[in-house]
Amino acid sequence: AAAALLLGCYGLALASGVQDQAEQFFRSGHTNNWAVLVCTSRFWFNYRHVANTLSVYRSVKRLGIPDSHIVLMLADDMACNPRNPKPATVFSHKNMELNVYGDDVEVDYRSYEVTVENFLRVLTGRIPPSTPRSKRLLSDDRSNILIYMTGHGGNGFLKFQDSEEITNVELADAFEQMWQKRRYNELLFIIDTCQGASMYERFYSPNIMALASSQVGEDSLSHQPDLGIGVHLMDRYTFYVLEFLEEIHPASQTNMNDLFQVCPKSLCVSTPGHRTDLFQRDPQNVLITDFFGSVRKVEITTETISLDSDLVGFESKLPKDELATEPLKYAEQLPVAQIIHQKPKQKDWHPPGGFILGLWALIIMVFFKTYGIKHMKHIF
Amino acid sequence: GGMLAAGLLLLLLAAGPGWAGAEQARRDVLREELLLSPLPAGDLAATFQFRTRWDADLQQGEVSHYRLFPKALGRLVAALGVRELHLALTQGFWRTRVWGQPPLQAPAGAELWVWFQPTVTDVDKAWKELSNILSGIFCASLNFIDSTNTVTPTASFKPLGIANGTDHSLLRYAVLPREVVCTENLTPWKKLLPCGSKAGLAVLLKAERLFHSSYHSQAVHIRPICRDASCLAVSWELRQTLTVVFDSFSSGQGKKDWSLFRMFSRTLTDACPLASQSKVYVDISPKSKEEELLEVTPTPASVHEAIVQGDKRTYAVYDLLSPSLFNTSRSLNVQLKWKRPQDSSELPTPILHAQRYVSGYGLQTGEISTLIYNTHPYRAFPVILLETVPWYLRLYVHTLTIITKGKENKPSYIHYQPAQDRKRPHLLEMLIQLPANSVTKITIQFERALLKWTEYPPDPNHGFYVSSSVLSALVPSITAMKHVDMEQSPLFTSLFPSSDGSSYFVRLYTEPLLVNLPTPDFSMPYNVICLTCTVVAVCYGSFYNLLTRTFHVEEPSRGRLAKRLANIIRKFRGVPPL
Repeated sequence: AAAALLLGCYGLALASGVQDQAEQFFRSGHTNNWAVLVCTSRFWFNYRHVANTLSVYRSVKRLGIPDSHIVLMLADDMACNPRNPKPATVFSHKNMELNVYGDDVEVDYRSYEVTVENFLRVLTGRIPPSTPRSKRLLSDDRSNILIYMTGHGGNGFLKFQDSEEITNVELADAFEQMWQKRRYNELLFIIDTCQGASMYERFYSPNIMALASSQVGEDSLSHQPDLGIGVHLMDRYTFYVLEFLEEIHPASQTNMNDLFQVCPKSLCVSTPGHRTDLFQRDPQNVLITDFFGSVRKVEITTETISLDSDLVGFESKLPKDELATEPLKYAEQLPVAQIIHQKPKQKDWHPPGGFILGLWALIIMVFFKTYGIKHMKHIF
Repeated sequence: GGMLAAGLLLLLLAAGPGWAGAEQARRDVLREELLLSPLPAGDLAATFQFRTRWDADLQQGEVSHYRLFPKALGRLVAALGVRELHLALTQGFWRTRVWGQPPLQAPAGAELWVWFQPTVTDVDKAWKELSNILSGIFCASLNFIDSTNTVTPTASFKPLGIANGTDHSLLRYAVLPREVVCTENLTPWKKLLPCGSKAGLAVLLKAERLFHSSYHSQAVHIRPICRDASCLAVSWELRQTLTVVFDSFSSGQGKKDWSLFRMFSRTLTDACPLASQSKVYVDISPKSKEEELLEVTPTPASVHEAIVQGDKRTYAVYDLLSPSLFNTSRSLNVQLKWKRPQDSSELPTPILHAQRYVSGYGLQTGEISTLIYNTHPYRAFPVILLETVPWYLRLYVHTLTIITKGKENKPSYIHYQPAQDRKRPHLLEMLIQLPANSVTKITIQFERALLKWTEYPPDPNHGFYVSSSVLSALVPSITAMKHVDMEQSPLFTSLFPSSDGSSYFVRLYTEPLLVNLPTPDFSMPYNVICLTCTVVAVCYGSFYNLLTRTFHVEEPSRGRLAKRLANIIRKFRGVPPL
């Protein structure tokens, strides 16, 4: 924005454009960015879904969203899968050009933890109290959230790990819960599955913009296989979205209309769709970095702030170490004698002693006295 | 006297934060070390150890200034009353029979065992909180640790640090055999190191090379140790160890000559500035009495001899902090060349090794067999075997047999805790005497349970894992070992506290087992609902209609005008009337 302002100074004709841009800069209304990236497919042949999610993760990290603000859910491990010929890598392009796994990746929900229940709990914030911070979506009413989902889907549902589904009604209700709890300012929902447009049909909460890779009745296709790895590496829609995002840098002014044009039918074979009727701003005015990047507004102040001088004395108080009176020692690793005598030795079985025999004799005598001696022949 | 002491203390405090800062700066010490040991058959094992020793008591008083000791772990130990913490994440299996005794082995998957302080009242609650916090720090699904895979061993896993009595109710042990280790676990592990992965030995830790290996194990060990020889004060030690075994065929492209660059695709350029000691040790012990097997370049500055695991070994030492090391070249690339090919007769068999397998047929019953080998020619020694079996494999303890050399071997100590469905796993701990030069076979039969259909994981046909058994033994050593001073000797000699020189402690793990449970067809509920609803609709519906609908006879109407006319026309045509 500063560079834009400088350029505007040289062109008087652009003065009104600069005014517009400055206004829009303060109009977006969000102060922090979050991203929830979900891959829902298990098994080696669904390598491309993990590669899809990791490419979006990579772009989002590159544009500034830190790991603490990204909840990454991968339903299976492809990088260290025994079938991966190059361990610790996930490639997005054949000939192994781009390793989207990288060296600094933080997966919050792994493997069996990616379930519909955990996903909905992350979105709505109804998480058990012992969940660590990195697994929570701690957004507030000034957060812009990007939600990206990929996997296998159908008309109105998305399959999680080949064993359960999430329906578009459940997803819409989860977003409504988020709206009522003021957990987002604006939400961008991108889905790359077959018949993806059915997933955003039921949304009814405000400030949601949705993109899908295919319409109802169409399949989303994968891009290209790599003969060395043996599977398809990425899906077409996300491949072209990744290509588009590689051009974006944190200060770019590209808006959402350009994202809607990514991957026309000639490249994608399916027809990508989008939905903006619930969104209040015009997509023309929404920057890509509003959702994919983490642009902070910084206010520079010139007043001086003096730190508390009492803090200096605090550090010098050392806790006094208590010394033991006699030397401490390490535990013995295999104290055989102690272990053997730990349990009382099991005594061998002896026949019951006199007291028990007498007691049983008493019981039998009382029984026969009450019911008569004639029953004895039935016993013996 | 008291007044004088108080006055002196005030004077010391008033002397300023500079003095106190220096005191604090001296209190934590970092040592880093890399041990390269060539294994038989051409593989190479590299063990990294990063040890931070902090002369402060984390349990007493408020500690607020963290320098080398990571704050995440320090706060964890203080808040949850942890006495000892050992977490290991492993991919692969250490083949003891081929590679020899491991310096520190861990089972496949994730292993966590913790000793709590006696002041902790609810150990299970603290254990659950601890596993959740660690799952956030290390990006591993340790939150799956719950009562169905946690056990309390009664004789194994004695504390490795200072202990004042061992009440085993404060110990918890859990293994997750299905846990995967990948870059997302290595990254937070590297971030706990004081220098990160930017300087020192940690620059060699590149994920792409480390995971292309036969065995990769990274661990975190926290324990209290003696501060000095008199052992009157407690220091806390954090050891981060990483062991990796490179396969000569897959990573080495079939060539047996190794170098740091071939293994890690990096070389060492400097030591970590925060470390007080940074050394590389290469195992050049001669396997036989004749000429040396291995040639190491560049020529090492010094050679260190130590008795490790009961055997006299020789190590070439490269000290990264000595200025003469980087005189000739700016980077250190240690190269190992084999002078002559190895004889198969030279391969030493380890004194203790074990094997475990599951046998049987069908999906109803099976048998777990463990074979323990003692190859020492004349010494017998005891071993504790700890087996944790999940509840869905119902063990029959009356079928437990232990046979050595054809005769039954009665264990001196057995602790068996049967499983409770969906609550607790089986725990079997036995102290067995292994006679010299023998094979002991332990077998136990089990029956497979049918789980509820919601309890199956998303890929049930992969099978269910049974975690590795643990063997703890005091193995007699060939050469008597002297007591090691923890500060002067290399880190790989001071892992386990040594009691006497005649034997050394070793902890081995067997293979994990993969067992198939009877798996239902998960589409059956859908099929059953459709079929039942159809049958009910057809049968009951028909009966319902028959019973609740009234039938009355309808008289045909006398005929209207249109009908009469139609009938006349039909009579003319010769067609029967309506």
